[in-house]
Amino acid sequence: MPFIANTDEQREQMLNESGMSAEDLFADIPADLRCERLKIGRGLSEQEVRRHMAALSDKNASGLISFLGGGFYDHFVPAAVDAMASRSEFYTAYTPYQPEVSQGTLQAIYEYQSAICRLTEMEVANASLYDGGTAVYEAVMMAMRITRRNRVIVDETVNPVYRKMLRSYTTNLGIEFVQTSWHDGLADREKIAAELNDQTAAVVVQNPNFFGCLDDFADLADAAHKHGALLIVSCYPISLGMVQTPGQMGADIVVGEGQSLGLALSFGGPYLGFMATRKKFVRKMPGRVVGRTVDSEGRGGFVLTLQTREQHIRREKAMSNICTNEGLCALTATIYLSLLGKEGLRELAQTCADKANYAQKRLLEIPGVTTHFPNRWYFNEFVLRLPVASAQRVIRRLLERGISAGFPLSRYYDDMENSLLVAVTEKRTKEQIDLLAHALEVSL
Amino acid sequence: MKLIFEKSVPGRRAYRPADNDIDAPARIPKNFLRDRPADLPELSELDVVRHFTELSNRNFGVDTGFYPLGSCTMKYNPKVTERISHYPGFVHLHPLLPQLPGGEMLVQGALAVLHDTDMMLREICGMAAFTMQPLAGAHGELTGSMIIAAYHADKGNDKTTILIPDSSHGTNPASAATAGYDVQTVPSDDTGVMDIDALAEVMNDKVAAVMLTCPNTLGLFNPRIKEICKMAHDVDALVYYDGANLNALLGRCRPGDIGFDLVHVNLHKTFATPHGGGGPGAGPVGVCEKLIPFLPTSVIADKPDGSYWLDYDRPKSIGYIAPFYGNFAVILKAYIYTLMLGTDGLERVSENAVLNANYVKEKLKAHFDLPFGQTCKHEFVLSASRQAKNGVRALDIAKALIDRGFHPPTVYFPLIVHEAMMIEPTETESKETLDTFIAAMIEIAELAQSNPEELTGCPRTTPVGRLDETLAARKPDLASLE
Repeated sequence: MPFIANTDEQREQMLNESGMSAEDLFADIPADLRCERLKIGRGLSEQEVRRHMAALSDKNASGLISFLGGGFYDHFVPAAVDAMASRSEFYTAYTPYQPEVSQGTLQAIYEYQSAICRLTEMEVANASLYDGGTAVYEAVMMAMRITRRNRVIVDETVNPVYRKMLRSYTTNLGIEFVQTSWHDGLADREKIAAELNDQTAAVVVQNPNFFGCLDDFADLADAAHKHGALLIVSCYPISLGMVQTPGQMGADIVVGEGQSLGLALSFGGPYLGFMATRKKFVRKMPGRVVGRTVDSEGRGGFVLTLQTREQHIRREKAMSNICTNEGLCALTATIYLSLLGKEGLRELAQTCADKANYAQKRLLEIPGVTTHFPNRWYFNEFVLRLPVASAQRVIRRLLERGISAGFPLSRYYDDMENSLLVAVTEKRTKEQIDLLAHALEVSL
Repeated sequence: MKLIFEKSVPGRRAYRPADNDIDAPARIPKNFLRDRPADLPELSELDVVRHFTELSNRNFGVDTGFYPLGSCTMKYNPKVTERISHYPGFVHLHPLLPQLPGGEMLVQGALAVLHDTDMMLREICGMAAFTMQPLAGAHGELTGSMIIAAYHADKGNDKTTILIPDSSHGTNPASAATAGYDVQTVPSDDTGVMDIDALAEVMNDKVAAVMLTCPNTLGLFNPRIKEICKMAHDVDALVYYDGANLNALLGRCRPGDIGFDLVHVNLHKTFATPHGGGGPGAGPVGVCEKLIPFLPTSVIADKPDGSYWLDYDRPKSIGYIAPFYGNFAVILKAYIYTLMLGTDGLERVSENAVLNANYVKEKLKAHFDLPFGQTCKHEFVLSASRQAKNGVRALDIAKALIDRGFHPPTVYFPLIVHEAMMIEPTETESKETLDTFIAAMIEIAELAQSNPEELTGCPRTTPVGRLDETLAARKPDLASLE
């Protein structure tokens, strides 16, 4: 089923009219470079492939009651999101190089950039990056371009996967990385202050951090700025329905994972890296950007702009190598945010916070279950310290009962053997939280 | 058309979150809260649906019409792949599940998709193993460049430079530079392929790799490609295959057999996953045997009982380049597409892609300059220099095509052709569609002689005319803030 229209007769006719034979088509490939027939097998019909894929889908656990987060969240997606993002005029188009026939994509991306700025209270945003991790990396590179320095301080409560990615990408670039450990659940101010100096390009932090704890980075922004360094904040966009914005805190570059804005979990992608910054830094920002302009008759319209920063113009001197980004995911996020609206997003955030608050209280009633950070506030995710038994064993037992209880922090933090990171979204009911509490209690 | 923010009516709602069944609200202290809600639009569901439907009507996709955007392989995206990507076992699957104790057994179907796609890509490309993690073509190039660096570091080689032809995609030099390499450009010869003498002059012990597409961006297969690989290997440089143009070679010739050490494949091009208006894509990277230890973490492995697991214990790996296992839903669609094609279908893809390109080329070569006239592969490049003498440039031809119902070809690329128009019809287009396009191009060529002013005012049928890009760049308006 190769989805080819032309018949043998048409092919014959086309060859004739081109003055070619079928053999001529590949005659330019030297004979010793031709391959044998591939061993891929017989092509399947639609019915066959659906049967095969349904069987594979059934081998995945789809009915778990999930309290698993860690930066990737099981939020509800209204039907209208997929209905609009599935319009094939959007999804079968490519990068809007020809603005006259791409105003749909371009205006949607402009609206996306605007929505990201309004969410984060920043001034400009790009058209998307691959994911939250590459966005952190691009933000670090951008800060080094702006400050012309190459020392970066990264707080250990930034998502550990993102910190690993940052390390991989910068292996060969001669960057001095300093990781500062946390104190009582938050970025350690004293340690950061001790590491900040006039060679520092940026301080990288996250809110809510990987433990779910809420922070206010206004003091860190001041401290960084005093040394001419930038503050990079990674954040969770749904939390911004209620949580203090990085813009208000004085962040210079704001990034994050946009999966929670209407995108399915889909086993890790496609996701959406977002990036916003101050106007003064826009020409150092990586990635596509859409701008508003006018045509010769004065009608408003949208184009890809500031392209002289990009790889197709600047080649090896470009701000980044990114070309294809996550356009459809940015469109999806825009539709999602438009449906939720001002009040909807606020209510959603409050609902998540309420449910998480209830869950934490309920789970802390279980004998022996405590919290690492009794003095901290959180949005929709928190850390539990389990008694004696390792979190690993408890998680396994609960999975057998159809509950994904959370993430074992020991995977990334050596000293947190018994700790469980629990996330609660609006999709979880009080009943499910009670079920988790009961199952946890009997599993200890 | 108004922005969605301008349609907002205070108090209007489209969505209410699930009933909040918790009596006691969370009381987060004020210093952690924002002063006022984010100024998002307030609309009904119908308002939102009308807005995005209207926007979609201002867009042109493969489903709208012929989209011969060179080097982008805008082939038809089968609908069944969209449907299957929403199956419940795929769409709601949390990526951290396999990192939980016993969690790998909860995602065996998804791991099977990744594993089997890897196996099929190995067979198609002749490589020893793939990582499915790179999230786009350029991301694959960067991953490849990092693997190249890790290989040389491991061997103690002191290498500084990656060689790239002047006809390359801009991402190639940008990716090499992003990985920390110097870039040296190698010119093309007068047949349009890499100048092998020029290559010999710059090939030395400092060269870490040669990175190129084959067929190249002119649609030409380099007959001396094997020699190029040998020249690189003689100085222990690696050869990287940019798979943007792999569509032309499916089932005919494999990069691994030619001698390439690394390959990336653009699943959103060759394997028919939708381009999404600029992503998401996927750019899996394949490597030869000796580079397997350097692949990103994690790697999918199988057990004797046929189940799959994720190997994170890889001391020589370049580390994490994506948060998880790649753009899974994109890989899933490519997997379904390949299953539906099979061996036979893959061969028919390359045959028809190459035939369609040569057919259009032969029909148009009398009307436009064709700098390189040999048999092309999946695409070819015309020059509008003849028309430019009458004031009709490639851009004018592009805009005139829009008025005739076509998406324009890639213009002004590759940089080595003056007034370039790069045309890639793809295999899924019918002769009727190609004939209509050919007729439109000939009509435009004739108008360029008889009435050039007619063309310089195009497009006339679109919601906006040519937009002022200088203004956009000089006074950037990048967001509507309250």
